[in-house]
Amino acid sequence: MRGAAALAAILIAIAAQTTLASVLVRDSTAIDLVLIVVVYVAIKSGPVTGLMAGTVAGLIQDALSSGVLGIGGLAKTIVGFLSGVLGTQFIVSAPFPRFVLLILATGLHAVIFMGLYTLLNLRQFPPFYPAIVGQALGNAFVGVIAFQIIEWFPGFVDRRRAGRFLKR
Amino acid sequence: MAIADIRQRPGVVLGAAILLHVVLISAQVNTAAGIPLLQVVTFGGFAELQRGTMVAINGVRGMWSGYIALQQVQEENTALKQELQTLQIRLQQERAEAQRTDNLRQLLELRERANLDTVAAEVIAGAANPDFKTVTIDKGSSEDLATDMAVISPAGVVGRLILPSRRASQVQLLIDRNAAAGALIERTRVQGVVMGGGDGTLKMQYVPGTADVKTGDLVVTSGIDGIYPKGFVIGTVERADRGVGAYHEIVVRPAVDFTRLEEVLIVKTPPPSREVLEEQK
Repeated sequence: MRGAAALAAILIAIAAQTTLASVLVRDSTAIDLVLIVVVYVAIKSGPVTGLMAGTVAGLIQDALSSGVLGIGGLAKTIVGFLSGVLGTQFIVSAPFPRFVLLILATGLHAVIFMGLYTLLNLRQFPPFYPAIVGQALGNAFVGVIAFQIIEWFPGFVDRRRAGRFLKR
Repeated sequence: MAIADIRQRPGVVLGAAILLHVVLISAQVNTAAGIPLLQVVTFGGFAELQRGTMVAINGVRGMWSGYIALQQVQEENTALKQELQTLQIRLQQERAEAQRTDNLRQLLELRERANLDTVAAEVIAGAANPDFKTVTIDKGSSEDLATDMAVISPAGVVGRLILPSRRASQVQLLIDRNAAAGALIERTRVQGVVMGGGDGTLKMQYVPGTADVKTGDLVVTSGIDGIYPKGFVIGTVERADRGVGAYHEIVVRPAVDFTRLEEVLIVKTPPPSREVLEEQK
């Protein structure tokens, strides 16, 4: 059930990423919604589910891109696994630790992704640091807000229901 | 039971996943030719999901703009926009024609090219990965589209078709890091190669440092790459510096606003340079 929910979240993130690309991707800042979902699944479900989510999400993204199939998958697999490990070892339920975790995850993802492409001489990237910093801050900001909304929403609905019941 | 065992050994799962990816990457890197079947199947399948998403979004948008807003004004506006786009395309073809009137051989080539066989398509999705500058269009191999067909818009050159599935195709935008096109400065006819900068800009390379290049010069396709027809607008020179080597360092501002692409034309007629190459093969 949890796996199905994770898969649905990944597919929704990819659909949103492709349909909202013009909003999410600017010259130097590019928000990766799929990475945000992988990190969330990992901290909620642990390293194995995190790495599986990363594998599936990364491979779909690779297949939809014009690049080499597997490089994005490998990057997201490792990020999903390590995010899951950090999620089980540390308390990452508050916004600030999650912000830091998303920055670290984005940085690691970018290093593996861009590093492999550069290492295999398949693709050139603009100067690493500005692009990675911009993307990390964007992902962290959007991710923390999205995490808060996702976790706040069920409680909000329950409180509304309870309030209506008490009024009766 | 087996799944529970695996969950107790995350290191083994990670190792297996990494091995799988490394094998997958290696297989592709070693095989230079052809498109991976998995990529085509996944892309074709997901294109349907993207199409569905776009249909749903367009349905809501159409309901709002076509019925809740003024219906007639909307229809008239759409018709005028289509007419304007057609006229802009025709203007570009006329411009290309006018440039080559001094040369009979070039004129003959142009007469063949003036009636370009094109297919109109709608952009239904952007890039799945922010590091790649691609879009998905709603026409594919069922419309006889194939790889390396040029994609243009009323404003200028958009890119080339790289992955056709049956009912959708992926287009590599000219601003992608791996994209390039043969180009020339319209004013001086100096040739070079325009390459994507990956950050929304274009760079024109291999223009000799002695060549006359000024800010504001129009850059058009040269047609020598076998993909893009000759004379179509790429952009304008934003900055031209005398580089440290033998070549200019030229930054080109694209004529097309890639963040607002909605409809494009795919050129089905191959440029003469490609036909020559194919005959040589």
